[in-house]
Amino acid sequence: MKHLRSIAELGADGMARLLDLTDHMAEVNRRPNPKVPALRGKTVCMIFFEDSTRTRLSFDTAAKRLSADTMTFSVGTSSVNKGESLRDTIETVAAMGVDAFVIRHGSSGTPWQVSNWTNSSIINAGDGWHEHPTQALLDCYTIRTALGRTGGFDGLRIAIVGDIKHSRVARSNIDAFRLMGAEVTLVAPRTLLPPVVSAPTAADLDDVIDDIDVLYLLRMQRERMTEALVPTMREYTARFGLTPQRARRLGKHALVMHPGPMNRGVEMAVDPSELPGAVITQQVTNGIAVRMAVLFDILGSGTDLEVQP
Amino acid sequence: MTASKQVLGPDDVRRAVTRMAHEIIERNRGLTGVALIGLQRGGVWLAEALGAEIARIEHAIPVGSVDASLHRDDIGIRPVSPGAVSEIPFAIDGTTVVLVDDVLFTGRTVRAALDAIGEYGRPRAVQLAVMVDRGHRELPIRPDFVGKNLPTSTEEEVRVEHDGVTIVGAGAA
Repeated sequence: MKHLRSIAELGADGMARLLDLTDHMAEVNRRPNPKVPALRGKTVCMIFFEDSTRTRLSFDTAAKRLSADTMTFSVGTSSVNKGESLRDTIETVAAMGVDAFVIRHGSSGTPWQVSNWTNSSIINAGDGWHEHPTQALLDCYTIRTALGRTGGFDGLRIAIVGDIKHSRVARSNIDAFRLMGAEVTLVAPRTLLPPVVSAPTAADLDDVIDDIDVLYLLRMQRERMTEALVPTMREYTARFGLTPQRARRLGKHALVMHPGPMNRGVEMAVDPSELPGAVITQQVTNGIAVRMAVLFDILGSGTDLEVQP
Repeated sequence: MTASKQVLGPDDVRRAVTRMAHEIIERNRGLTGVALIGLQRGGVWLAEALGAEIARIEHAIPVGSVDASLHRDDIGIRPVSPGAVSEIPFAIDGTTVVLVDDVLFTGRTVRAALDAIGEYGRPRAVQLAVMVDRGHRELPIRPDFVGKNLPTSTEEEVRVEHDGVTIVGAGAA
């Protein structure tokens, strides 16, 4: 694999390969000394044009556990503020010797554009409303380990709830869950659904809560309030939030997931630490192992040796 | 057609396992603090076979497995794909670890495995058991317990299974 830009580009076989590899990385993370020399001498540069806590720290930790060197580029303190273009910025950093760029940018498609400008590998850490493939991979890995679904998600019922329209997490996860064989239902106010949807929809959470295996809550973005896409936060919670009443209706085995950061009292109107099926901290832990698998597959596995002499 | 020649039959492999099990017990003057760790992938069945034989002769000892692919020195030079996940469900500090592999060739896999083992703790000693030593070492590594010394050419391939050892390719001498 040369780049990881979208789930569609990765495909079902690629996902299976990365999830198997993640088992190895998770084992490394359980060792007394969770570090291997696999990517010694490789340099990974993190370029984040948007805010991030977990994704950036997770990639940084993943690279370090594989012994790669890391550079972090924060737009706030860079020459982007002096008007340097994205292309010049990328070419400047690439000239310092970078094997892989991890990029987050507000514009959809940026990772494809950037891969035309450099020979380095590109890993998409979120581009606009478009894709966030490592989030989808870590979510699939979390479901796979929590429910023992190593062979795939055939027949698994997953509801994705919230602002589907503006969510790159939703877009990547819909693709990924369906490639794994799951049945995905989208639950959102009509104003927060994209014009074209690729999965069945439900009008509110009560319609689906009794018979789902995974409840995937998206973050309600407060700025959508000012755009008048939702009447009030209270009304959103009443129809789409996970309230104590709804939590009691979830199946015993059902998982509750959230990509973070969480709005307590809005989409998550219960204390997740009191939900037996909540795997939100596992999602964060698994994120490191998944990103180690992605970095190793791109920089260390040697599967691209034929095309890159 | 590729030439192939069987050099050990199923009975030969079984006898070699029995002999090596006895040698491991004898060399360590018993089994106090001794554990077996098979190298993914080819060494795992042999470690289990040795463990079963040792349990039959004396008593059961811990048996684990290690995948050393993330410690290899040829990452980025050759395709590397890890086998099954390492499983060392016992503390190895202070134990005598017997690393087990099917074939000893250049010694690079064993070097990687020594590094991997070191991440789990500090064994008192590490010994090496292999079914076939085929020569062509590139590192100063030697086995303590050997099923069969088998001179080969570098073009040949040696296959070790429960039911025999086969040389494949080249002249299959």
